[in-house]
Amino acid sequence: MKKQSIPIFDQSTIPNNLCPIATEYSKMMPGDWRSMLPVVNRKKCVKCSICWLYCPVQCIIERAGWFDANLATCKGCGICAEECPHGAIEMVAEED
Amino acid sequence: MSLQPIKFYQTGTFTVGNRLLAPEERSVQANMQRTNSLNSGHRACQGCGEALGARYAIDAAMNATNRQLIAANATGCLEVFSTPYPETSWQIPWIHSLFGNTAAVATGMAAALKVKGRSEVRVVAQGGDGGTTDIGFGCLSGMFERNDDVLYICYDNGGYMNTGVQRSSATPPAARTATTMAVGDAPGNVFGQGKFVPAIAMAHEIPYVATATVADLRDLEYKVTKAMGMHGARYIQILVPCPLGWGTPSSDTIRMARLAKETGVFPVFEAENGEVTAVLKIRKRLPVEEYLKPQKRYAHLFGKQPRVDTIASIQALADKNIRKYKLLEEGI
Repeated sequence: MKKQSIPIFDQSTIPNNLCPIATEYSKMMPGDWRSMLPVVNRKKCVKCSICWLYCPVQCIIERAGWFDANLATCKGCGICAEECPHGAIEMVAEED
Repeated sequence: MSLQPIKFYQTGTFTVGNRLLAPEERSVQANMQRTNSLNSGHRACQGCGEALGARYAIDAAMNATNRQLIAANATGCLEVFSTPYPETSWQIPWIHSLFGNTAAVATGMAAALKVKGRSEVRVVAQGGDGGTTDIGFGCLSGMFERNDDVLYICYDNGGYMNTGVQRSSATPPAARTATTMAVGDAPGNVFGQGKFVPAIAMAHEIPYVATATVADLRDLEYKVTKAMGMHGARYIQILVPCPLGWGTPSSDTIRMARLAKETGVFPVFEAENGEVTAVLKIRKRLPVEEYLKPQKRYAHLFGKQPRVDTIASIQALADKNIRKYKLLEEGI
Protein backbone atom coordinates (compact mmCIF):
# COMPACT_ATOMS: atom_id res chain seq x y z
CA MET A 1 0.00 0.00 0.00
CA LYS A 2 2.21 2.79 -1.26
CA LYS A 3 0.39 6.02 -0.60
CA GLN A 4 2.68 8.87 -1.45
CA SER A 5 2.50 9.26 -5.17
CA ILE A 6 5.35 10.42 -7.33
CA PRO A 7 4.88 13.72 -9.13
CA ILE A 8 2.98 13.05 -12.32
CA PHE A 9 4.41 16.05 -14.01
CA ASP A 10 7.82 15.98 -15.66
CA GLN A 11 9.38 19.43 -15.63
CA SER A 12 11.69 18.68 -18.56
CA THR A 13 8.66 18.44 -20.85
CA ILE A 14 7.80 22.12 -20.44
CA PRO A 15 8.72 24.07 -23.59
CA ASN A 16 11.27 26.75 -22.80
CA ASN A 17 9.65 29.44 -24.91
CA LEU A 18 6.67 29.88 -22.62
CA CYS A 19 6.09 32.76 -20.30
CA PRO A 20 8.13 31.58 -17.32
CA ILE A 21 5.50 32.12 -14.66
CA ALA A 22 5.08 29.40 -12.09
CA THR A 23 6.95 26.66 -13.85
CA GLU A 24 9.07 25.72 -10.85
CA TYR A 25 7.87 23.61 -8.02
CA SER A 26 7.69 25.32 -4.70
CA LYS A 27 10.89 24.33 -2.97
CA MET A 28 10.04 25.85 0.35
CA MET A 29 10.49 23.61 3.33
CA PRO A 30 8.17 25.10 5.95
CA GLY A 31 9.51 22.81 8.66
CA ASP A 32 11.29 25.71 10.33
CA TRP A 33 7.98 27.44 11.10
CA ARG A 34 7.28 24.86 13.71
CA SER A 35 7.12 25.50 17.44
CA MET A 36 5.50 22.20 18.36
CA LEU A 37 6.71 18.84 17.11
CA PRO A 38 4.50 15.78 16.59
CA VAL A 39 5.91 12.69 18.24
CA VAL A 40 4.30 9.35 17.41
CA ASN A 41 4.02 6.72 20.12
CA ARG A 42 4.69 3.62 18.07
CA LYS A 43 3.06 1.30 20.61
CA LYS A 44 -0.24 3.14 20.39
CA CYS A 45 -0.24 3.67 16.61
CA VAL A 46 -2.61 1.24 14.85
CA LYS A 47 -2.01 2.66 11.37
CA CYS A 48 -5.55 3.87 10.85
CA SER A 49 -4.12 6.69 8.68
CA ILE A 50 -6.38 9.39 10.13
CA CYS A 51 -3.33 11.63 10.53
CA TRP A 52 -2.37 10.95 6.93
CA LEU A 53 -5.85 11.92 5.82
CA TYR A 54 -6.19 15.17 7.70
CA CYS A 55 -2.68 16.60 7.40
CA PRO A 56 -3.07 19.83 5.40
CA VAL A 57 0.51 19.74 4.13
CA GLN A 58 0.60 15.96 3.57
CA CYS A 59 3.74 15.59 5.60
CA ILE A 60 2.71 12.24 7.10
CA ILE A 61 4.78 9.36 5.70
CA GLU A 62 4.10 5.69 6.12
CA ARG A 63 6.65 3.52 7.85
CA ALA A 64 6.52 -0.24 8.24
CA GLY A 65 4.57 -0.25 11.49
CA TRP A 66 3.54 3.32 12.17
CA PHE A 67 3.02 6.71 10.60
CA ASP A 68 5.55 9.46 10.99
CA ALA A 69 5.80 13.13 10.09
CA ASN A 70 8.23 14.42 7.51
CA LEU A 71 9.84 17.16 9.56
CA ALA A 72 11.03 19.09 6.51
CA THR A 73 7.47 20.06 5.60
CA CYS A 74 5.55 19.64 8.88
CA LYS A 75 4.33 23.03 10.09
CA GLY A 76 3.41 21.70 13.53
CA CYS A 77 -0.27 22.60 13.40
CA GLY A 78 -1.28 19.70 15.67
CA ILE A 79 -4.28 18.50 13.65
CA CYS A 80 -2.84 14.95 13.67
CA ALA A 81 -2.53 14.95 17.47
CA GLU A 82 -6.07 16.32 17.86
CA GLU A 83 -7.66 13.86 15.44
CA CYS A 84 -5.73 10.68 16.31
CA PRO A 85 -8.41 8.33 17.71
CA HIS A 86 -5.86 6.50 19.86
CA GLY A 87 -4.01 9.51 21.20
CA ALA A 88 -0.81 8.15 19.74
CA ILE A 89 0.53 11.53 18.65
CA GLU A 90 1.74 14.08 21.15
CA MET A 91 2.82 17.63 20.45
CA VAL A 92 6.02 18.51 22.28
CA ALA A 93 7.79 21.85 22.28
CA GLU A 94 10.54 22.17 19.73
CA GLU A 95 13.97 22.48 21.34
CA ASP A 96 16.39 24.85 19.79
CA MET B 1 -29.61 -21.48 20.39
CA SER B 2 -28.91 -20.05 17.02
CA LEU B 3 -25.40 -19.57 15.81
CA GLN B 4 -24.02 -16.18 15.26
CA PRO B 5 -20.97 -15.39 13.19
CA ILE B 6 -18.19 -14.14 15.44
CA LYS B 7 -16.64 -10.83 14.70
CA PHE B 8 -13.23 -10.22 16.15
CA TYR B 9 -13.13 -6.67 15.04
CA GLN B 10 -15.56 -3.87 14.59
CA THR B 11 -16.43 -3.00 11.06
CA GLY B 12 -16.94 0.49 9.89
CA THR B 13 -14.58 1.99 12.42
CA PHE B 14 -11.54 3.98 11.54
CA THR B 15 -9.25 1.72 13.50
CA VAL B 16 -7.35 -1.44 12.77
CA GLY B 17 -10.46 -3.57 12.29
CA ASN B 18 -11.23 -1.93 9.04
CA ARG B 19 -7.87 -2.82 7.62
CA LEU B 20 -8.37 -6.53 8.22
CA LEU B 21 -11.41 -6.65 5.96
CA ALA B 22 -11.36 -7.37 2.26
CA PRO B 23 -10.80 -4.15 0.28
CA GLU B 24 -14.33 -4.06 -1.10
CA GLU B 25 -15.85 -4.34 2.39
CA ARG B 26 -13.87 -1.54 3.96
CA SER B 27 -15.53 1.68 4.89
CA VAL B 28 -12.82 3.90 3.56
CA GLN B 29 -12.43 7.47 4.68
CA ALA B 30 -10.73 8.71 1.57
CA ASN B 31 -9.15 7.49 -1.60
CA MET B 32 -5.69 6.06 -1.06
CA GLN B 33 -4.66 6.81 -4.65
CA ARG B 34 -4.10 10.47 -4.11
CA THR B 35 -2.28 12.52 -6.67
CA ASN B 36 -0.95 15.31 -4.41
CA SER B 37 -2.41 17.91 -6.73
CA LEU B 38 -1.46 20.65 -4.28
CA ASN B 39 2.07 19.68 -3.33
CA SER B 40 3.63 20.25 0.06
CA GLY B 41 5.83 23.28 0.34
CA HIS B 42 3.06 25.81 -0.06
CA ARG B 43 2.86 28.82 2.25
CA ALA B 44 -0.50 28.23 3.91
CA CYS B 45 -0.81 28.95 7.62
CA GLN B 46 -0.48 26.19 10.15
CA GLY B 47 -3.68 24.19 10.22
CA CYS B 48 -5.13 25.76 7.06
CA GLY B 49 -8.44 24.17 6.20
CA GLU B 50 -8.38 25.57 2.69
CA ALA B 51 -5.13 23.77 1.80
CA LEU B 52 -6.69 20.50 2.92
CA GLY B 53 -10.01 21.06 1.17
CA ALA B 54 -8.43 22.25 -2.07
CA ARG B 55 -6.10 19.30 -2.26
CA TYR B 56 -8.88 16.77 -1.75
CA ALA B 57 -11.23 18.50 -4.16
CA ILE B 58 -8.67 18.77 -6.95
CA ASP B 59 -7.35 15.27 -6.26
CA ALA B 60 -10.82 13.84 -6.65
CA ALA B 61 -11.44 15.90 -9.78
CA MET B 62 -8.13 14.74 -11.26
CA ASN B 63 -8.93 11.11 -10.56
CA ALA B 64 -12.43 11.49 -11.97
CA THR B 65 -11.23 13.06 -15.21
CA ASN B 66 -8.17 10.90 -15.77
CA ARG B 67 -5.98 13.93 -14.99
CA GLN B 68 -7.31 15.94 -17.93
CA LEU B 69 -8.14 19.03 -15.92
CA ILE B 70 -7.57 22.78 -16.11
CA ALA B 71 -8.22 25.06 -13.15
CA ALA B 72 -8.99 28.76 -13.02
CA ASN B 73 -8.29 30.31 -9.64
CA ALA B 74 -9.61 33.56 -8.22
CA THR B 75 -7.36 35.84 -6.23
CA GLY B 76 -7.40 34.95 -2.59
CA CYS B 77 -5.59 32.95 0.05
CA LEU B 78 -5.50 29.86 -2.13
CA GLU B 79 -3.84 31.66 -5.02
CA VAL B 80 -1.42 33.59 -2.82
CA PHE B 81 -0.10 30.73 -0.77
CA SER B 82 0.17 28.22 -3.61
CA THR B 83 1.84 30.28 -6.34
CA PRO B 84 4.39 32.89 -5.28
CA TYR B 85 6.32 33.91 -8.39
CA PRO B 86 7.96 31.94 -10.02
CA GLU B 87 6.97 28.86 -8.12
CA THR B 88 3.86 26.75 -8.02
CA SER B 89 2.52 23.98 -5.86
CA TRP B 90 -0.06 22.79 -8.35
CA GLN B 91 0.33 19.75 -10.53
CA ILE B 92 -2.34 20.80 -12.99
CA PRO B 93 -2.56 23.50 -15.67
CA TRP B 94 -3.65 26.44 -13.59
CA ILE B 95 -4.59 29.99 -14.50
CA HIS B 96 -4.87 32.92 -12.15
CA SER B 97 -7.78 35.12 -13.09
CA LEU B 98 -8.74 38.44 -11.59
CA PHE B 99 -10.61 38.55 -8.31
CA GLY B 100 -14.04 38.79 -9.84
CA ASN B 101 -13.98 36.96 -13.14
CA THR B 102 -13.00 33.39 -12.33
CA ALA B 103 -16.30 32.01 -13.55
CA ALA B 104 -16.00 34.00 -16.79
CA VAL B 105 -12.42 32.80 -17.38
CA ALA B 106 -13.49 29.21 -16.77
CA THR B 107 -16.41 29.70 -19.14
CA GLY B 108 -13.97 30.89 -21.80
CA MET B 109 -11.75 27.86 -21.30
CA ALA B 110 -14.74 25.54 -21.54
CA ALA B 111 -15.88 27.28 -24.72
CA ALA B 112 -12.38 27.05 -26.25
CA LEU B 113 -12.16 23.35 -25.45
CA LYS B 114 -15.58 22.84 -26.99
CA VAL B 115 -14.54 24.59 -30.20
CA LYS B 116 -11.32 22.59 -30.38
CA GLY B 117 -13.22 19.37 -29.83
CA ARG B 118 -11.28 18.46 -26.69
CA SER B 119 -14.24 17.08 -24.84
CA GLU B 120 -12.04 14.94 -22.55
CA VAL B 121 -10.44 18.00 -20.94
CA ARG B 122 -12.56 19.41 -18.12
CA VAL B 123 -12.54 22.77 -16.40
CA VAL B 124 -12.64 23.63 -12.72
CA ALA B 125 -12.94 27.11 -11.28
CA GLN B 126 -12.11 27.75 -7.67
CA GLY B 127 -12.16 30.70 -5.36
CA GLY B 128 -12.70 31.83 -1.82
CA ASP B 129 -15.98 33.08 -0.45
CA GLY B 130 -15.06 36.72 -1.13
CA GLY B 131 -14.31 36.10 -4.78
CA THR B 132 -17.43 33.98 -5.10
CA THR B 133 -20.19 35.55 -3.06
CA ASP B 134 -19.20 39.23 -3.32
CA ILE B 135 -16.87 40.22 -6.12
CA GLY B 136 -17.35 37.45 -8.63
CA PHE B 137 -21.03 36.93 -8.10
CA GLY B 138 -22.16 38.48 -11.37
CA CYS B 139 -19.87 36.26 -13.46
CA LEU B 140 -20.84 33.24 -11.37
CA SER B 141 -24.54 33.83 -11.85
CA GLY B 142 -23.95 34.27 -15.59
CA MET B 143 -22.06 30.97 -15.68
CA PHE B 144 -24.98 29.23 -13.94
CA GLU B 145 -27.53 30.82 -16.21
CA ARG B 146 -25.68 29.83 -19.42
CA ASN B 147 -25.10 26.35 -17.94
CA ASP B 148 -21.46 26.29 -19.00
CA ASP B 149 -19.56 23.05 -18.49
CA VAL B 150 -17.60 24.19 -15.43
CA LEU B 151 -17.37 22.95 -11.87
CA TYR B 152 -17.10 25.95 -9.55
CA ILE B 153 -15.64 25.15 -6.12
CA CYS B 154 -15.99 27.80 -3.42
CA TYR B 155 -13.84 27.47 -0.30
CA ASP B 156 -15.91 29.23 2.33
CA ASN B 157 -13.90 30.46 5.31
CA GLY B 158 -16.28 33.28 6.11
CA GLY B 159 -14.33 36.38 5.23
CA TYR B 160 -11.44 38.00 3.43
CA MET B 161 -8.83 36.22 5.53
CA ASN B 162 -5.93 36.95 3.21
CA THR B 163 -6.09 40.73 3.54
CA GLY B 164 -6.69 40.77 7.28
CA VAL B 165 -10.08 39.23 8.09
CA GLN B 166 -12.60 41.66 6.64
CA ARG B 167 -16.28 40.89 6.40
CA SER B 168 -17.63 39.17 3.31
CA SER B 169 -21.22 38.30 2.53
CA ALA B 170 -20.52 34.76 3.69
CA THR B 171 -19.47 35.91 7.17
CA PRO B 172 -21.91 34.44 9.70
CA PRO B 173 -23.96 36.79 11.92
CA ALA B 174 -22.42 38.15 15.13
CA ALA B 175 -18.89 37.25 14.03
CA ARG B 176 -16.21 39.81 14.75
CA THR B 177 -14.08 40.80 11.78
CA ALA B 178 -11.82 43.77 11.10
CA THR B 179 -14.76 45.66 9.58
CA THR B 180 -17.47 44.46 11.99
CA MET B 181 -15.91 45.10 15.36
CA ALA B 182 -17.36 43.86 18.61
CA VAL B 183 -18.61 47.24 19.79
CA GLY B 184 -21.99 48.82 20.39
CA ASP B 185 -25.37 47.30 21.02
CA ALA B 186 -25.18 44.66 18.31
CA PRO B 187 -21.49 43.69 18.22
CA GLY B 188 -20.06 41.82 15.29
CA ASN B 189 -21.63 41.16 11.94
CA VAL B 190 -25.28 42.13 11.52
CA PHE B 191 -28.07 39.57 11.52
CA GLY B 192 -30.16 39.21 8.40
CA GLN B 193 -27.40 40.15 5.97
CA GLY B 194 -25.20 38.02 3.76
CA LYS B 195 -26.17 35.24 1.44
CA PHE B 196 -26.05 31.49 1.20
CA VAL B 197 -24.83 30.95 -2.35
CA PRO B 198 -25.73 27.22 -2.61
CA ALA B 199 -29.39 28.20 -2.26
CA ILE B 200 -28.97 30.87 -4.96
CA ALA B 201 -27.23 28.31 -7.18
CA MET B 202 -30.16 25.94 -6.64
CA ALA B 203 -32.52 28.69 -7.75
CA HIS B 204 -30.66 28.71 -11.10
CA GLU B 205 -31.69 25.03 -11.42
CA ILE B 206 -28.20 23.97 -12.46
CA PRO B 207 -27.48 20.22 -12.65
CA TYR B 208 -25.58 19.89 -9.39
CA VAL B 209 -25.12 21.91 -6.21
CA ALA B 210 -23.48 20.54 -3.08
CA THR B 211 -21.96 21.65 0.20
CA ALA B 212 -19.24 19.82 2.10
CA THR B 213 -16.86 20.30 4.99
CA VAL B 214 -13.24 19.32 5.46
CA ALA B 215 -14.26 17.14 8.40
CA ASP B 216 -15.80 14.54 6.11
CA LEU B 217 -13.31 14.03 3.32
CA ARG B 218 -14.97 10.93 1.97
CA ASP B 219 -18.15 12.92 1.43
CA LEU B 220 -16.16 15.73 -0.18
CA GLU B 221 -14.43 13.35 -2.59
CA TYR B 222 -17.71 11.68 -3.44
CA LYS B 223 -19.37 14.98 -4.26
CA VAL B 224 -16.52 16.22 -6.45
CA THR B 225 -16.35 12.89 -8.27
CA LYS B 226 -20.10 12.97 -8.85
CA ALA B 227 -19.93 16.55 -10.07
CA MET B 228 -17.15 15.72 -12.53
CA GLY B 229 -19.30 12.93 -13.93
CA MET B 230 -21.93 15.47 -14.96
CA HIS B 231 -21.97 18.20 -17.57
CA GLY B 232 -23.23 21.73 -17.27
CA ALA B 233 -22.66 24.28 -14.52
CA ARG B 234 -22.00 22.71 -11.14
CA TYR B 235 -21.30 24.34 -7.80
CA ILE B 236 -19.72 22.98 -4.61
CA GLN B 237 -19.22 25.04 -1.47
CA ILE B 238 -16.72 23.64 1.03
CA LEU B 239 -16.56 24.95 4.59
CA VAL B 240 -12.87 25.44 5.41
CA PRO B 241 -12.16 26.73 8.93
CA CYS B 242 -9.50 29.43 9.10
CA PRO B 243 -7.44 29.35 12.33
CA LEU B 244 -6.32 32.93 11.82
CA GLY B 245 -9.68 34.50 11.08
CA TRP B 246 -11.79 32.37 13.38
CA GLY B 247 -9.36 32.63 16.29
CA THR B 248 -9.11 28.92 16.93
CA PRO B 249 -5.99 26.89 17.71
CA SER B 250 -4.48 25.50 14.53
CA SER B 251 -5.10 21.97 15.77
CA ASP B 252 -8.88 22.55 15.95
CA THR B 253 -9.49 23.06 12.22
CA ILE B 254 -11.15 19.68 11.64
CA ARG B 255 -13.02 19.85 14.93
CA MET B 256 -14.55 23.23 14.07
CA ALA B 257 -15.69 21.96 10.66
CA ARG B 258 -17.25 18.93 12.33
CA LEU B 259 -18.99 21.10 14.95
CA ALA B 260 -20.36 23.40 12.24
CA LYS B 261 -22.04 20.40 10.70
CA GLU B 262 -23.15 18.77 13.97
CA THR B 263 -24.75 21.96 15.31
CA GLY B 264 -26.62 22.64 12.07
CA VAL B 265 -24.87 25.97 11.45
CA PHE B 266 -23.63 24.69 8.10
CA PRO B 267 -26.02 22.28 6.33
CA VAL B 268 -24.27 19.59 4.27
CA PHE B 269 -26.46 18.52 1.38
CA GLU B 270 -26.51 17.95 -2.35
CA ALA B 271 -29.09 19.10 -4.84
CA GLU B 272 -29.76 18.23 -8.43
CA ASN B 273 -31.67 20.51 -10.80
CA GLY B 274 -32.74 22.74 -7.95
CA GLU B 275 -34.04 20.08 -5.59
CA VAL B 276 -32.30 18.71 -2.51
CA THR B 277 -31.63 15.03 -3.12
CA ALA B 278 -29.50 14.03 -0.13
CA VAL B 279 -28.36 15.50 3.16
CA LEU B 280 -25.64 14.43 5.55
CA LYS B 281 -27.58 13.80 8.76
CA ILE B 282 -26.43 15.12 12.09
CA ARG B 283 -25.04 12.26 14.15
CA LYS B 284 -25.30 13.86 17.55
CA ARG B 285 -27.00 17.19 17.81
CA LEU B 286 -25.09 19.82 19.77
CA PRO B 287 -26.07 23.32 20.92
CA VAL B 288 -24.41 26.14 18.98
CA GLU B 289 -22.47 27.25 22.07
CA GLU B 290 -20.19 24.26 21.51
CA TYR B 291 -19.33 25.68 18.12
CA LEU B 292 -19.18 29.35 19.11
CA LYS B 293 -17.20 29.12 22.33
CA PRO B 294 -13.81 27.95 20.97
CA GLN B 295 -13.76 30.74 18.39
CA LYS B 296 -12.29 34.09 19.33
CA ARG B 297 -14.42 35.85 16.73
CA TYR B 298 -17.40 35.11 18.98
CA ALA B 299 -15.57 35.91 22.25
CA HIS B 300 -17.75 39.00 22.80
CA LEU B 301 -20.78 36.72 23.22
CA PHE B 302 -19.20 35.01 26.21
CA GLY B 303 -17.88 37.98 28.17
CA LYS B 304 -18.79 38.97 31.72
CA GLN B 305 -22.38 39.35 30.62
CA PRO B 306 -23.05 36.59 28.09
CA ARG B 307 -25.17 37.73 25.17
CA VAL B 308 -27.86 35.12 25.63
CA ASP B 309 -30.17 36.81 23.12
CA THR B 310 -27.56 36.74 20.34
CA ILE B 311 -26.69 33.11 21.03
CA ALA B 312 -30.40 32.28 20.93
CA SER B 313 -30.67 34.00 17.54
CA ILE B 314 -27.78 31.91 16.18
CA GLN B 315 -29.43 28.81 17.62
CA ALA B 316 -32.63 29.80 15.84
CA LEU B 317 -30.72 30.03 12.54
CA ALA B 318 -29.26 26.55 13.14
CA ASP B 319 -32.73 25.20 13.99
CA LYS B 320 -34.05 26.73 10.81
CA ASN B 321 -31.34 24.97 8.79
CA ILE B 322 -32.17 21.68 10.51
CA ARG B 323 -35.87 22.07 9.73
CA LYS B 324 -35.34 23.27 6.19
CA TYR B 325 -32.88 20.57 5.11
CA LYS B 326 -34.23 17.84 7.45
CA LEU B 327 -30.79 17.33 8.98
CA LEU B 328 -31.96 15.16 11.86
CA GLU B 329 -32.76 11.48 11.62
CA GLU B 330 -36.46 10.76 11.93
CA GLY B 331 -37.54 10.24 15.49
CA ILE B 332 -34.73 12.13 17.23
